Amino acid sequence: MSKINKKGEIVYNRNRRRSFLLPLFILIVAALALAGCGGTTSSTITTGGSTTVQPLADKWAKAFEAQDPGIKVIVQGGGSSAGVKGCAQGTLDIGAASRELKSSETDQWPDLVVTHVAADGVAIVVHPSCSVTSLTLEEIRDIFAAGSNNTWTVLNREEGSGTREVFEKKVMADAEVASNAEFLPSNGAIKQKVASTANAIGYISLGYVDSSVKALSIGGIACSEANCLSGSYPVTRYLNFITKGEPAGQSGKFIDFCLGAKGQKIVEQEGYISVR
Amino acid sequence: MPRYFVDRLSRHTVSIFGIAAFLILVLIALFILKDSLPALKEVGLIDILFGAKWYPSHGSFGILTMLAGSVVTTLLALAIAVPLALGCAIFLAEVAPPRVRSITRPAVELLVGIPSVVYGLVGMIVLCPFIARLSGTGSGSSVLAAAIVLAIMVLPTITSISEDNLRAVPVHYKEGAFALGATHWQTIYHVLLPAARRGITAAVILGTGRAIGETMAMIMVIGNSPIFPTSIFGPARTLTGNIAVEIASATGIHESALFVTGLVLFILIMLINGIGLIAYRRRV
Repeated sequence: MSKINKKGEIVYNRNRRRSFLLPLFILIVAALALAGCGGTTSSTITTGGSTTVQPLADKWAKAFEAQDPGIKVIVQGGGSSAGVKGCAQGTLDIGAASRELKSSETDQWPDLVVTHVAADGVAIVVHPSCSVTSLTLEEIRDIFAAGSNNTWTVLNREEGSGTREVFEKKVMADAEVASNAEFLPSNGAIKQKVASTANAIGYISLGYVDSSVKALSIGGIACSEANCLSGSYPVTRYLNFITKGEPAGQSGKFIDFCLGAKGQKIVEQEGYISVR
Repeated sequence: MPRYFVDRLSRHTVSIFGIAAFLILVLIALFILKDSLPALKEVGLIDILFGAKWYPSHGSFGILTMLAGSVVTTLLALAIAVPLALGCAIFLAEVAPPRVRSITRPAVELLVGIPSVVYGLVGMIVLCPFIARLSGTGSGSSVLAAAIVLAIMVLPTITSISEDNLRAVPVHYKEGAFALGATHWQTIYHVLLPAARRGITAAVILGTGRAIGETMAMIMVIGNSPIFPTSIFGPARTLTGNIAVEIASATGIHESALFVTGLVLFILIMLINGIGLIAYRRRV
């Protein structure tokens, strides 16, 4: 389209449509070519799953990479069941789980091998200003079975969380947590919610406990590393790395590092419990 | 000769792209349906659709509470967003001086570009504690927080499409109304709004579709409890949230039940778009 201006000259419309197909083609081809190069190289270990294990795996990965710069360790979250599923389906080299394998999982994927890499307690946490400091197992069970009300805002983890699995088995004795509890998808999310809500009660890994929340004693026994280690604190579990077959190759090397003196020292520094 | 060749080549290429877009939709539908079948067979469609209890580890797979959660939060969000968006559209199309409009309109449109996780974060850190104080109990994760966040998210969609439609009303309608002695506001209310009704309906329906499909921001502010949304200060769960929170770790029937959730969502969106299309064609 062109117009004639006041002086009588023909002015061509500058917004003439250009063909955009060719640049688009080039873009698509370039994107595909780049995507093709982005695949995993042989020097990468991918681990993921439990958000309880995640901060620990991050530290392990950093130390391991410092010691062995040729290998890169990628750490993802997603929840314990995602770790088991990912490892079984081959999307993860090492799956992380804060619980043992379920019978349904060992039936479906018999070649999965579990390695205990650390131990951990599950802390029942409330807001620091909360007047309660100790509850019995039965009292905790009743609070979670009753759900949110004017006294408590109950926080639960999503289906598939290893921490939830352990909590349901050892505290709830397979009674159901009320449906009106809030469901949050990670340890970090629960901690953040408890820290910002005056009457919240939830449960998180001992490794996540800091001054922003208060860990309750169970029957007078504090949730501490010593009490978890001695077995007097009742809600404890192993943290596991899961591999397809016995750990071998780079994955085996990484797991050996985690179990070694250096790796287990990191476990203690991060507030978890060493398995040595 | 080569000119015609290029012409034909590009015509065939875009045809392939066009058909591919349609095929992708069909393939997605088939894939969701296929993965839904185990749960539909084992649990049954009725028990899933009308079951009020969701507790996968104990074998309960009812999604009625989440269907209600999605519908209630969306309706509440629209109740907040539609008046606001219409007012904003009238302001931009009729009232605002060009200089103000040149700043306000891009600002409203920029709201579309903000990632939904950022809305969720603001909702979680600012809105939830505020609502907790307002209601005096709980953590503030609630249907109300979800509806407010959703309303802000659909606001730009409804505003800009409504404004475009108000502007598209032929100028002689307006001149006619002025000639008959109508005031500016009478013209807007009695002439422009009715004339743009079709486009505004389409805008609201597009906004509804966006609200139903929103996931990340919802997970962060609604509390995700699989219960009926009986109080605006209490938590609930949406269909999208159900899938996003649990799919990573679901296996077997549980995973399949999540695909049924996706199927229901798919059908819901198709219904809404279908209604929108009919409304648009029938000159409501």
